[in-house]
Formats: sequence, C-alpha cells, structure tokens
Amino acid sequence: MIDDKLVIAGIEFQSRLWVGTGKYKDFAETKRAIEASGTDVVTVSVRRVNIIDRSKENLLDYLDPKIYKILPNTAGCYTARDAIRTAMLAAEAGITKLVKLEVIGDDKTLFPDNEATLEAAKVLVKEGLIVLPYTTDDPIMAKKLVDVGCSAVMPLAAPIGSGLGIRNPYNIRIIMETVKVPIIVDAGVGTASDVAFAMEIGCDAVLLNTAIAGAKDPIAMAEAMKYGVLGGRLAYKAGRIPKKLYASASSPLEGMIGS
Amino acid sequence: MTITLNGEKKEVPDGMTVTRLLEFLNIQRQRVAVELNLEIVKKDKFEMTTLKEGDSLEVVSFMAGGISLEYGV
Repeated sequence: MIDDKLVIAGIEFQSRLWVGTGKYKDFAETKRAIEASGTDVVTVSVRRVNIIDRSKENLLDYLDPKIYKILPNTAGCYTARDAIRTAMLAAEAGITKLVKLEVIGDDKTLFPDNEATLEAAKVLVKEGLIVLPYTTDDPIMAKKLVDVGCSAVMPLAAPIGSGLGIRNPYNIRIIMETVKVPIIVDAGVGTASDVAFAMEIGCDAVLLNTAIAGAKDPIAMAEAMKYGVLGGRLAYKAGRIPKKLYASASSPLEGMIGS
Repeated sequence: MTITLNGEKKEVPDGMTVTRLLEFLNIQRQRVAVELNLEIVKKDKFEMTTLKEGDSLEVVSFMAGGISLEYGV
C-alpha cells in the first residue's frame, strides 16, 4: 500500500476517505471524528462571516493546516452563477485552488443540476481552479465534465444523507472505464461496508459526512469508515476471485480414507 | 455612510478602505474573501479600495459544512 497514493492534478492525498464537517454536535466532536477517520481531506462550505458576533470560534482553528487539506465546496448553491461566485471567493480566501463543485437541482432529493454544474465547471476551469464536480452516476455526464477540464468526477452513491449506499455499481464501473480521472464517490453511503464496496469496485476515494456525523457514536463510526476504506482498497488491489455458481473444494481430495 | 454588508445595512465611518473595515469589524484578513458590488477584491487591493455610500459587500470565510449542509457557526 506504500505506493498507493491518490494524486489529483499533481496534489498527493494520503487518505482515500474524505469527510465533511457538517452536522456534528460541536467542533470538538468534529475534530475527534476527523482524527478517528484517519483522513487528510476535509470539506468545508463558504459562508458569510458572522459580523454581529465575532466571539464565535471557527472550525479551521481546530484543524492543523499541516495535516489537513481543506476542500471548499459550493454546497447550497442552486445556480451556476452562485456556484461560480462561491468557488471564486473560496479560491480568493487563499487556502487552495481545489473546489468541490456542487450545483443542487432540487431540495427534496439534493440531486445535482448537471447542466448548471457543467456550465459552472467550464468557467471555473478557465479561471484556473482544480474542479471536482458532484454529479449523478451518469457516465456521459462524467465524460462531459472531464472534457471541460475537471480533475476528478464525484458521482453520488445515492441521495445526500440517505445512507443507501451505491445504488448503481454498474454505472459507477462504466464511469471508471469511460474517464481517466480519479472517481470519488460522493454522498449517500451509510456504513463501513458501503465504503468498502466502493473501494472494492475500484473507486479512488469516498467523500462522506452524514454517515459519520449522524451515527449514534460518530467517533466509532469514523474509525469503522477508516477500516472500510483500507479493507476495500486492499481487496481491490489484491484482486478478488471470480464469482461462480458452484462449489470448488478448498481441501485436497487425495489421501482421503477409503479411497 | 451606509453600506450593505452581508445582506444587512450597516453604518460605518466615511471613506473606509476594505482593510480598515475588516479591522473595524474585528475580522482577521487571512481566510476571508471580499466581494464588492459583485466583484472580488483581491487581498493586495484591500488597502487601496475605498468604500462609498451604498456599496454592497460580501465578506465570506470557511465554515463547517459537508455536502449541501449548512450547520455549525
């Protein structure tokens, strides 16, 4: 596993598990969960600074920039224009050129608006950002996003926060065969086996938030996710046996008594 | 003068630069980005950008949030 680092646009990532920072009880819990997950990539949103109350702490004060890569997202944007504005502000705030591009199409499903995502991606790539777009599990869309210069594709496993796991592994596999950039499953995983499965089929990384933050014990779940990723990735690299309908004995038949 | 700051009307001293405004609001300039009338103000232009009556400003930073969530802060 030593030479098994994930590289996107020349940036090396230690962990294949990326985590969001929403929905936790407080920053102390967020920090403990992030540490337990073993991740080095943390996604954050871009929001107005609280002008009225300056006493509130900032999450980033809890996260050592030497350990964690901050991945700003455009969460909450419903139009290409808002997503572009938000991403450009994130880049200007000065931590990174990376952006997780999200343009939401509908607040019930939180499915992405692919058309608007593509439009925003085009602009942001031209502006020099490293764009990682959240998209449906659609191979054609993935290809279009890569064609306009996206550095990775982030297809959903299932609706955000649903915990359903990868609902269409065949599409995810076709996406992996269609585009030559890293595939990061984003959203919808529920538990460690979902993460392991994503890795076993060859995805490059998984981004999740609710599955950890919403668990009864977020710290324990964060650790479970860490092992899910490690186990799944190792299994993928090891090369699993093919599935067969009938048995094949694992003990030798020679030397049986009575033969 | 009155400016619109993060969507709210706010009274600030006349002729402030962006740098002065951030100091006035007790906001650390690292990790923030500023948009003035829908145009991003680069950090190296904070000092020379003077605000006028009626200007609309957005001051943003990174907050807790995962995947289309708005929590924390």
